[in-house]
Amino acid sequence: MMTPVAQRSGLGISARGVGKSYGGVSVLRDVDLDVRPGEILGLVGENGAGKSTLLRVLAGSIRPDTGEVLLNGEPAGIRTPKDAISRGVSLISQELALVPARTVLENVFLGSWDGWAGGHGRARDLQTFQRLQEETGFRLAPDAIVASLPIGRQQQVEILKALARGAQVLALDEPTAVLAGHEKEGLLDLIRKLAEGGTTVVFVSHFLDEVLSIADRVAVLRDGDLVATDDASSHQPASLVAMMVGRQVDVMYPTLPPVPEDAPVALSVEGLSRGMVRDVSLQVRAGEILGVAGLVGSGRSELLRMIFGADTPAAGRVLVHGAPLKAPSPARAMAAGLALVPESRKEQGLALTRSVRDNVAAPTLSRRRLGPFAKRKAERRAVADVARRVDLRAKGLGVPIWTLSGGNQQKALFAKWLLTEPSVLLVDEPTRGVDVVAKQQIHGLIVDLAASGVAVVVVSSEVEEVLGLAHRVVVMRRGRAVAEFAQNAAAGDVVAAAFGDEARNHD
Amino acid sequence: MTETSTPVVAQPSALSRSFNLRDYGVVIGVVALVIYLSLSTSTFLTTGNLTNVLDQAVVVGLLTCGATLCIISGVFDLTATASLALSAIIGVEVTQAAGVEAGFVAAVLAGAGLGALTGFIVNVSTAVNAFIATLAVSIVYRGVALVITGGAIIYPLTDQLDGVQVFTDDVPGLGITVATATLLVVALVMGVVLWATNFGRRIYAVGGNAEAARLSGIRVGSVHIGVYMASGVCSALAGLVLVARSGGGAQANMALGLELSAIAAAVIGGTSILGGEGAIWRGMVGVLLLTLISNGFNLLGWDTTFQQVVQGCLILVAIITDRYIRRARST
Repeated sequence: MMTPVAQRSGLGISARGVGKSYGGVSVLRDVDLDVRPGEILGLVGENGAGKSTLLRVLAGSIRPDTGEVLLNGEPAGIRTPKDAISRGVSLISQELALVPARTVLENVFLGSWDGWAGGHGRARDLQTFQRLQEETGFRLAPDAIVASLPIGRQQQVEILKALARGAQVLALDEPTAVLAGHEKEGLLDLIRKLAEGGTTVVFVSHFLDEVLSIADRVAVLRDGDLVATDDASSHQPASLVAMMVGRQVDVMYPTLPPVPEDAPVALSVEGLSRGMVRDVSLQVRAGEILGVAGLVGSGRSELLRMIFGADTPAAGRVLVHGAPLKAPSPARAMAAGLALVPESRKEQGLALTRSVRDNVAAPTLSRRRLGPFAKRKAERRAVADVARRVDLRAKGLGVPIWTLSGGNQQKALFAKWLLTEPSVLLVDEPTRGVDVVAKQQIHGLIVDLAASGVAVVVVSSEVEEVLGLAHRVVVMRRGRAVAEFAQNAAAGDVVAAAFGDEARNHD
Repeated sequence: MTETSTPVVAQPSALSRSFNLRDYGVVIGVVALVIYLSLSTSTFLTTGNLTNVLDQAVVVGLLTCGATLCIISGVFDLTATASLALSAIIGVEVTQAAGVEAGFVAAVLAGAGLGALTGFIVNVSTAVNAFIATLAVSIVYRGVALVITGGAIIYPLTDQLDGVQVFTDDVPGLGITVATATLLVVALVMGVVLWATNFGRRIYAVGGNAEAARLSGIRVGSVHIGVYMASGVCSALAGLVLVARSGGGAQANMALGLELSAIAAAVIGGTSILGGEGAIWRGMVGVLLLTLISNGFNLLGWDTTFQQVVQGCLILVAIITDRYIRRARST
């Protein structure tokens, strides 16, 4: 039986005029939010609406460009996570911040050791640990190694850690995303109980029914703006979705040329599975743009990587112009006419210290060679031509690519793949972290490629982008392709499909 | 392309200064050292001493060529001197059986083969980093060398000694030894490979971002096998030079620890320890600096025990400069 949680004096936390931008792209604009002492506030919004950023600002792990965080109405002076912790604000993020090789007990008291000499009093730690276990109803073995625990238990360790530090405000980022059904219930019960005991809880979740079942109030973010804060009891999932969609239309989408009636199927995916991706099949015709929508973590990027051979599928196969790809690898996929513009420029797309030219030329080196030697002149010409085609702006193509703006880096990434003259182009997040002008240019590029007969698959977290660019939209949820929409579908329907059926049923 | 108003991330002049520091700092160091030693000793600027300096640089120089290729591609080769010993031993054994020329060829082939094997092992053990993987492999190679020689020094036949010691001869008319000439040729070839061939371009691409290279259709594993093979050939040649110098003898513990000097020379020259950047000439300048310091300590009659302190500090300076530059650009 759980014993009552010790009553804590409530701590209210507020954001005042908080703004944050990355590389000229603003993710939060002038956000004012008050979380009352002891309440549970659910933070909802589409992919990229700024939920996690706002949560992190509150918890001190991101410093806002403008505005400040208040505790009980007073400027909190929180500059680092450590400041936040000492003021009673703890963040539990999706990637747990634990030391996997150490014990539960050590992790719970990580960083709260009083002195260096004479250890930190195991007996006293154990006592506190047992009291917290009773309060929370957890049954963790103090000497178990954290790495050996299932993820749900590890999250419990995080929660105990926060409580051991005397957290009065708990900020949780997608806490239930990794949990199984009964673990979810347990966590939600605990959150309710902690709130009854006076702990203030702010949490971000994609699961709207869950948010509505537990939160006192909900705050809706859209495209970096806080658009509504309201009592949870007056909302249904569908009404929340209605507030979430409708991103400011900052770009005009180019007109899509229709796919010719007789266009052959260029890419065919049959029952691809690996990890969370389950049995996904799709077909794209030459000249067609297929959009893939879905929440972050729904398996979209994993699907693209598998099609390109970057990860080996556990089951299923990929056919390009009717011929199956055998023993998938990026090199073989490339040879078959595939190209992948990956999700992360910095990690998967570019060698940042190398020049623009080196980066753009990398996939096509073997096309410009004389024996073992590189044909530098041909390369200069080819790269200069393609740079002009994508309107890449740089102080020269010999400069290191890290000196370019995000938009120009992204254009370089497209340029790199245009040189391979692909017949199937896979694009993951074509315009992430890119300014509006570059965004429009990239959209134009994608549409032009399709017009010239290239089959294109576009994955994007922006529903508007997917709908604006694609002839057809497939929605993924939890690793499966769950719905398909035609070009003129309503954004709300697509978002509802991505969030789950429950949101649509309440229409 | 025209000049545009694209916001460029880096504007501080401190950054461009540190670039120059890395590009030319070590060159300036070498020049300053040459001037200082020329003025403060009467023996430095003699043909005999300069020939000697170059000759001393050969073994580490050859190893540094291999190390530079490996480091640029993002891996380390700690097997370098174990491969050196093993291929030298194989070379001497084959010399005994089939003559000097056959012995040289066998040594070089052995170096390439050991390199390929190292590369293969590094590829299959990707979970382990190359540093540890090659450390383990180097112990195996030394062990095999010990098994072959039974712990003894092995020599070619007496009438083969002149042939084996060809590396210590002077090249007629050039005033340098055959060993020095070998280094110059190898450095030139490796420089051309890096700068002018597609293989060289791929080495930079893989070291710059292995995942991006893989997703660009570059076979990262093949590139790594290639650089380890090149490193193995360099090791074998360095082994032949050492054999020539030691009166034809080869043994299992030859050149112990020199693989670290080679990595140090490459880094001091300005090849980034993080991969993706560097050049053969940098490694050669690094070797020259280390050799000049050691020569200077001798000529000036300083306590040579301090030499290591100076070398260690140089490595630290090089690594910190590299880190500083990388951090400045990543923000």
